[in-house]
Amino acid sequence: MNIANILARKGSMAVTVRPEQSIREALGLLERHNIGALIAVQGESPVGILSERDIVREAARNEKFFTRTVADLMTRDVITGQPHDDLLTVAHTMTERRIRHLPVVDKDRLIGMVSIGDVVKAQRDHYQGEVDTLQTQLLAGERGLKH
Amino acid sequence: MPARPLRVAIIGAGPTGFYVADHLLRKPGVTVEVDMFDRLPTPYGLVRLGVAPDHQKIKFVTNAFDKVAASPGFRFFGGVDFGKHVTLADLKTHYHQIVYCTGAQTDRRMGIPGEDLAGSHPATEFVAWYNGHPDYRDCVFDLSQESVAVVGVGNVAVDVVRILCRTPEELATTDIADYALEALKKSRVKEVYLLGRRGPAQAAFTNPEIRELGELPDADISADPAEVELDPLSRAAVERSQDRATAKKVEILREYAQRPAAGRSRRLVLRFLVSPVELIGDDAGRVAAMRLVRNELYATSTGALQPRATDRFETIPVGLVFRSVGYRGVPLASVPFNESWGVILNDKGRVLDPGTKQPLVGEYTAGWIKRGPTGVIGTNKPDAAETVECMFEDLALGAVLEPAHPEAAAADALVRQRQPSFVSYADWLKLDAIEVAQGRAQGRPRVKLTSVEEMLAALGR
Repeated sequence: MNIANILARKGSMAVTVRPEQSIREALGLLERHNIGALIAVQGESPVGILSERDIVREAARNEKFFTRTVADLMTRDVITGQPHDDLLTVAHTMTERRIRHLPVVDKDRLIGMVSIGDVVKAQRDHYQGEVDTLQTQLLAGERGLKH
Repeated sequence: MPARPLRVAIIGAGPTGFYVADHLLRKPGVTVEVDMFDRLPTPYGLVRLGVAPDHQKIKFVTNAFDKVAASPGFRFFGGVDFGKHVTLADLKTHYHQIVYCTGAQTDRRMGIPGEDLAGSHPATEFVAWYNGHPDYRDCVFDLSQESVAVVGVGNVAVDVVRILCRTPEELATTDIADYALEALKKSRVKEVYLLGRRGPAQAAFTNPEIRELGELPDADISADPAEVELDPLSRAAVERSQDRATAKKVEILREYAQRPAAGRSRRLVLRFLVSPVELIGDDAGRVAAMRLVRNELYATSTGALQPRATDRFETIPVGLVFRSVGYRGVPLASVPFNESWGVILNDKGRVLDPGTKQPLVGEYTAGWIKRGPTGVIGTNKPDAAETVECMFEDLALGAVLEPAHPEAAAADALVRQRQPSFVSYADWLKLDAIEVAQGRAQGRPRVKLTSVEEMLAALGR
């Protein structure tokens, strides 16, 4: 299983923001879409990621954080995924490096985003499916012996 | 919630269709009626027509599907083609909800010169042929060729390789289609290449699958010792993830690379880190050789290892090529499609309007046509559960279709009018009994009926 299989059942694209937009606008987007991070894009390429955590950190020390820009607070060193990246590696990298949101690009163009929740769910379903298949075969095997 | 039963049409009678039906019919407190449609007269989808004939145990899952089919409220309309016999508009006037579970019906192309030469086929066509799929029974594969290449290392590729390497005696105890058995008896195939574009650590086949290839009674297995050694990136990845299964896989392949040939009739050659770049034809326009490029691996920013072509090439003589480099869903008439991923445009199984990206009332999808072709049969169960959860959520909100004729009898009348020769589940069970009885006489699990005419004749029509 790879990232493409996760994106295939996510109807929505990643929610994006421009670096020059204000944190107030960014908060509006987070609230409206009920999500935890926005991808900052220039043209179609991701240039940063702004998570609720980035905003909380700023809010804790700056009363006037609303008027700051996305570019001020976003993380610039973004790790991106590609559609064919396999789930096991992606899960490992996201856990190890504590990444919750992974923008997915195809030839530098943003095509979606997967969250750690998406990855965990896909992995859980994958294992559940394997267990179910094996159980079915085991039961069938036992039944086969009785005949 | 409607006081009347919730009426649901499921398109596609493969494993996912049955898992969806099961989740729907099990729901406490809601009366659900399911009509399952399939364009073929027979149910079970790829369990009947994809799973290899020498893997009968996997097919026992159909016992569970038969139980679902025996539930009150379940009906099967086999041989009824969505878009031809019944349209989306028809279904909207008879059902509250519609679920598309049509799978991934087409193969991906390699995109190389010579791909369409005679003797180059999608592996899925060969699979459908040897499994007795009515649409593929007349396919012809030139098994007089001595050298065959199978491109890809997923389970379909491995199945094809195994069927090519089995002896007629071995195949004769399976439910392989009779015509395929006859053709394979005359096979002159001596050498079969299995080609992977990445290394052994990234190969999609499972350890039991690769072990089975090493236990074929009349085929020697071999691998290039240099190709089964892990490159530094792969070694680091295996160590980092402490993935014992992959370590074991590499160990098995290393043993194959060392194994001396035992003089068996056929030779199976495993190759890694190679990609076909061209199929070379002879004067008659038939495949005569395949040009390969050697690949190396590089890590993407997430650490996933992907192949990259080098400037080293080689040519292997092959007269028959099966490609198994991925599958794609086929768009359904009037159903939004996501071209990027080859699936129905959806969010967790709710079909979306392509313009607004909002859910279309009453339309859902599950299985491979929802997420792409991945996982084993059982993977479709949690996938189906996710879709059914959305269906009940929407039902609770009253967001269902409002059919003019929400009665089981009306849908039945519609099908009888459009496709009088449809096959019911009771009919299928009769066909099943006939196949099994014919098989018993020959010491086989079943002898398949492989044309629609044969099936209808067996039902006395």
